[in-house]
Amino acid sequence: MNSTALLSAAKDGILTGSVYALMATGLTLIFGVMDIINLAQGILVILGAYLSYALQVHLHIDLFVGLLITIPTMFIVGIVIERAFIGRLKGPEKTAMSILVTYAVSLLIEGALNMTFTTNDVQLQGSYVNKSFAIGSVHFGYIYVAGFVLAAVLLSALYFMLYRTRFGVSVRASLADQTSAALVGIDVKRVSTICFGIGVAVTAAGGMIYGATNSFNASTSYDLISRLLTIIVLGGMGSLGGAMLAGVGMVFIGDMVGVIWSPIWSSMSYFVVLTIVLLIRPQGLFGKQSVRVA
Amino acid sequence: MNKKAKILRTLGVVSAAAATMVSMATTSGASSAKAPIKIGISLSLSGDFSADGLAFQQGYKLWAADINKAGGLLGHKVVLDIVSDASDPTQVVTNYQKLISNDHVALTFGPFSSLLSLPSAKAVSRYGYALVEGAGGAPSVFQAGLHNIFDVSLPVANDLVPFSKWISALPANVRPKTVAYVTSNDPFTQPQVTTIVPTLTKAGIKAVYNHVFPAEVTDFTPIADAVAAAKPQVVVLGSVDVPTVSAFMQAFEQSGFTPKVFIATGGPDQGSTFIKAVGAKNADGMMVPNAWYGGSSNPLSQKMVAEYVKAYGGTPAGVSSDVVEAYSVGEVVAQAVKATGGFDNAKIIKYLHSNVTLTSAQGPVKFNALGMNTTPTAFTFQWQGSKFVQVNPVNDKNSVKVLFPKPVWGK
Repeated sequence: MNSTALLSAAKDGILTGSVYALMATGLTLIFGVMDIINLAQGILVILGAYLSYALQVHLHIDLFVGLLITIPTMFIVGIVIERAFIGRLKGPEKTAMSILVTYAVSLLIEGALNMTFTTNDVQLQGSYVNKSFAIGSVHFGYIYVAGFVLAAVLLSALYFMLYRTRFGVSVRASLADQTSAALVGIDVKRVSTICFGIGVAVTAAGGMIYGATNSFNASTSYDLISRLLTIIVLGGMGSLGGAMLAGVGMVFIGDMVGVIWSPIWSSMSYFVVLTIVLLIRPQGLFGKQSVRVA
Repeated sequence: MNKKAKILRTLGVVSAAAATMVSMATTSGASSAKAPIKIGISLSLSGDFSADGLAFQQGYKLWAADINKAGGLLGHKVVLDIVSDASDPTQVVTNYQKLISNDHVALTFGPFSSLLSLPSAKAVSRYGYALVEGAGGAPSVFQAGLHNIFDVSLPVANDLVPFSKWISALPANVRPKTVAYVTSNDPFTQPQVTTIVPTLTKAGIKAVYNHVFPAEVTDFTPIADAVAAAKPQVVVLGSVDVPTVSAFMQAFEQSGFTPKVFIATGGPDQGSTFIKAVGAKNADGMMVPNAWYGGSSNPLSQKMVAEYVKAYGGTPAGVSSDVVEAYSVGEVVAQAVKATGGFDNAKIIKYLHSNVTLTSAQGPVKFNALGMNTTPTAFTFQWQGSKFVQVNPVNDKNSVKVLFPKPVWGK
């Protein structure tokens, strides 16, 4: 092990982790506001990546410019899914049923993507995708740095929306207690629909960065959703800050362990940390106690 | 009865008689045709191995179309019953059980990868079926001691031996001094990589990185960065698929690191899929071991490649080795069925164990007691420009000069 390897691992953990944090934030926002566990989040990330791919290949639109199209498109996709499937779930079994329903949605989208794009792996290309710059002995891939900046901008925008706007007040009220929020006149249904749309919209950005840094096909979504779920469990279901910290933390821990000991222990080390945290704080790092009780 | 009624009655009788005759003729014709024969296959059409599974499906379908064009198996039209296992070793077992007990397939062809072939062979052996496969050549598959598994391809353990011989034989002044071994913990990759470590060590090539990573890893950047930080002159990557190799290549390029030699156990042999993922310029100099390539002079191979290009487009260099591995399974089973005169799996197993030499698009096939194909020779292939060429063994007449050192990425 040398210092370059350690610094590179730390850099990879922070840059890649921020993108996972962005994707997981959408998932935890949806859970926090709606009590919905969206198993389709992984395939929606891949759908976002394929949208960028289609725009690039067929219309020659740059990956980042394409986000101006893919983010609103994914927002609309989210609204449609919420209206068609999620909004119909009622009653005490809503959360459990949401797992089945969103899994079904995931399978539908996976099938459609396989038919449209085949199961061959693809990767998003761009003149900057393989380029990098060096600081000392550590190389920074432009795409990773851009992904980090994009995640930071979008997460900041999300925070601004939550803490500096009237709609954000409604969201936070719904996050805290849906019944009380409804009693003070907040249209919780509308807030839920928009939040689902936002939660899905961030997958466009996450998917684009993921697709530019990894080969993917529709089945890549299984790896993604398992990672995203563990991130929001560690961060605390429904906690935006927790998702961000856990997203970066998960990748950072895995990467450092991979360099210091061996890559074979990377995944396990994260789960060891997850187990320890859940033993001490069953609700996750920043989760509400009521989540555990429920 | 008036005249009009008589005519109508006569017409009715004639029509009924004609209809009866047509019906009898149809029935007679149907009874003389042989019923289609169903072959059960589980393939990874989704999940980690989906790209390979799809290529295998192409190979199987191509063979089925060819055999049906030639009159089928003993006059029976071949129907492929393909189900997806999502690259899951548990699902693959369920699939073969269903194919045999519910779908009543007469024969079973193997799935993709050693990881899935072994549990599949165990499952079908309980029903007395043979499992002829094209992508289960890991030592662990044969060490299980099953009597019903037959791998028509090259056993993988010695895949990298010609490569190790070539690099060890380089003059000392140009021979690389350092190597990184990095491999997935997969039964296909690990034996290949570990086999050549003693040879390279003996040649004075020091290991500066030697680690195994979990097969389920999707983010290879930190591992690739650690390899790059060790600055090895040779990288031996134990990979199963294209995404793994392309991720390492991308991370190396971003790190400004180009090894003098880069060989991967799987991925660069996937033809156009590999080129699409990494770009033709980056592919230059990438090496991969195998027993077959699209430019093979074997007439059976040339026929298959021509049919593939006609059916799916592309060039011979773009044909994935998965396609020929699947196609060869069909060829070998067809010869066994013909020789035994039927679809009795016990007879087929006995025949395949009888030291008989069969033919396939990959070359001759002869099984030992473990079901291992003993005839193939391992070669090393390399992308040179847009061509996928054989470079090892060096003294083979079809080998061309190795592109060494590997060009800088994208140049």
